[in-house]
Amino acid sequence: MLSVNENFPEYAVPGAKQHRFEPYADNGGSIVAIAGDDYAVIGADTRLSTGFSIYTRDQKKLFKLSESTVLGATGCWCDTLTLTRLLQARMQMYEHEHNKSMTTPAVAQMLSTMLYYKRFFPYYVSNVLAGLDSDGKGCVYSYDPIGHCARHNFRAGGSAAAQLQPLLDNQIGLKNMQNVTEAPLPREKALALLKDVFISAAERDIYTGDSIYILIITASGIQEEKFELRKD
Amino acid sequence: MFRNQYDSDVTVWSPQGRLHQVEYAMEAVKLGSATIGLKNKDYAVLIALKRAVSELSAYQKKIIPIDEHIGISISGLTADARMLSRYMRTECLNHRYSHDAPMPVGRLISSVGNKMQICTQRYDKRPLGVGLLVAGYDDQGPHIYQTCPSANYFDCRAMAIGARSQSARTYLEKHLNTFMDCDLQELVAHGLRALRDTLPNEVDLNTKNVSICIVGPKTPLRICDEEELSRLLALVEGEERRGGTATGDAGAPGGAAPRDQGDDRDPQAAVAMETE
Amino acid sequence: MAFMGDTMNPTPLWQNGPSPGAFYNFPGNASTIAPSRHGVQDFTAHSASPITTTTTVIGVKFDKGCVIAGDTLGSYGSLARFRDCPRVMKVNDLILLGCGGDYADFQYLKDIIQQKIIDERCVGDGLQLKPRSLHCWLTRVLYNKRSKMDPLWNSYVVAGIQDGEPFLGAVDKLGTAYEDAVISNGLGAYMATPLLRDAVDKGPLDQETAIAVVRKSMEVLFYRDARAFQRYQLGVVTAEGIKITDEELKHDWSLAHMIQMK
Repeated sequence: MLSVNENFPEYAVPGAKQHRFEPYADNGGSIVAIAGDDYAVIGADTRLSTGFSIYTRDQKKLFKLSESTVLGATGCWCDTLTLTRLLQARMQMYEHEHNKSMTTPAVAQMLSTMLYYKRFFPYYVSNVLAGLDSDGKGCVYSYDPIGHCARHNFRAGGSAAAQLQPLLDNQIGLKNMQNVTEAPLPREKALALLKDVFISAAERDIYTGDSIYILIITASGIQEEKFELRKD
Repeated sequence: MFRNQYDSDVTVWSPQGRLHQVEYAMEAVKLGSATIGLKNKDYAVLIALKRAVSELSAYQKKIIPIDEHIGISISGLTADARMLSRYMRTECLNHRYSHDAPMPVGRLISSVGNKMQICTQRYDKRPLGVGLLVAGYDDQGPHIYQTCPSANYFDCRAMAIGARSQSARTYLEKHLNTFMDCDLQELVAHGLRALRDTLPNEVDLNTKNVSICIVGPKTPLRICDEEELSRLLALVEGEERRGGTATGDAGAPGGAAPRDQGDDRDPQAAVAMETE
Repeated sequence: MAFMGDTMNPTPLWQNGPSPGAFYNFPGNASTIAPSRHGVQDFTAHSASPITTTTTVIGVKFDKGCVIAGDTLGSYGSLARFRDCPRVMKVNDLILLGCGGDYADFQYLKDIIQQKIIDERCVGDGLQLKPRSLHCWLTRVLYNKRSKMDPLWNSYVVAGIQDGEPFLGAVDKLGTAYEDAVISNGLGAYMATPLLRDAVDKGPLDQETAIAVVRKSMEVLFYRDARAFQRYQLGVVTAEGIKITDEELKHDWSLAHMIQMK
């Protein structure tokens, strides 16, 4: 699009600078999702920010897509809004066409396709999808902005992902520990762990804080919970 | 079989000022099985009679959900209805996408009306051969709309279309003033009684041939499952049917609707047909 | 139509030859980059920065409605160019819209919104656009424009009554949208937000205190924001309706010597 002319000098010159419009923004936010045998918990902080200022301290970043699927999305908030709106429309079309609601693995695959469709002008969003699969087992899917998709048992995403994930690896994945035996993770422990990792992320990441909005997905429905974090 | 000099095309007027092709399309609605729509202060209800094409086939679906707050029941060409319902679903989805709110029922109906009108005015198209009853709920309360192949649409308190629906309309007209104040159960019972009046004497309503959908405040559109159906059907079970007045021409093959007489609200095309 | 070539980006008429006038072009000036090499696409680059701009618009929610305020100055860079640029707009009986940023872009979208309202009145079904719907619609419009790399350089504040409850939402030029009890953009995000959030956190605001704190914020902004102006519009929306008043700050610079740097 920008044609650089040969006789344009290589050194910087005074005068008007080419001011490029930046279509992306970083609005911060973090997500953690943990899957268990018969549940999945997903939590996201509620701070929406840009640079050093906070737009709002009360922004839910979890989207209930169906009775058994929740999407957490952070990053460029305008892309998040658009992506989730499209996703909801596509899911309703699926329901009309097939007379059933989409399963979590089906949503996971569709999300990947929708992200890759915008491969060359991506949605700048970090997605973590949590829910129950068709066997009722908890599942968590994580994505990169251009549609790579992988299933995990626990995953952190967003601005504090780098702080959150190692702690989860250690506590749930039992990495770098000796003489430990793997055991299924009870729901209470998952919930407590989720709050703990967010508390430590809020200490270090300025884009994470205010409070966490948590959804607990079980066969009997989706429960809500809110937990306060530091607000500075 | 040439019936009329002026019905060769949709775009041809008859000297009486009528469009025969459009009027024929209106007749297609009467070929479908009967369906009824009615509302009270809060709820809009659709009740439809399903037919099975043969003993081997399943009952044909009569009620199509459009969105969380709108459902339609159809009479006439099912294929045309599918096309229309797809259009209505898309309109509702687009409205939700761009306005984060359910589409107002009246606006949807008027856009459907505009779409249906186009093919009554073009030589390379044909009118849609389906009538719809639309039940919806929005900020202005419950709605029942009727649409016709002629692209007319009517805001109704209660309406019945389809084969032998005149008997149902007679019932509805008789009890029209009670609907507004009755509760949901009574409303459904009225609808079932009206629908039963369209049946020949030897047939009765059962969970297989009846389909009911309900929409109201904080009640997203719901098509009743078999359990709820049998509960609702029990409301009118064993009641005596209305005297056989409506079944005057019940024996007519093909279930042609009785021709209207008197003050009917349904726009019926009195088609000029020479049957020889 | 391949035989016509690319009509939007034609290849240069003359290549590998002398280019008349090339000597007289000075580097750093956009016109020196051979015009023939520029596709028509580059014209969209004009909208990549705002021209006549307005500054902060602020909004606060109180128990029965919302207040928004914005001054009436249209700046041309650092020049205080236009002194009467109203930018608090009544959309219908339920919605107030405030806008900051490029004034031409606002006027463009204002016309579209007004036509939308007229169309709605013409339907005559008694339904009115609700603030949440307008907020969502604005988000879609602004997001679509940013996705074409041709943004409307504005940030909007939508205030209104949604099903009896007060609604306050913001949308910026990217289509970033959120709802909150306190909204302000631009410099106001740094100077008005703390004042307003403080007032909201102290307890439920009523109409008088909400208006008072908005007036105070406008005053603070006037003293500190070089693009602010003493005349501003104050809009209040409640279930009773919408009122927009023109206000003027009484400013007093006699305190200036107190903050004078040595």
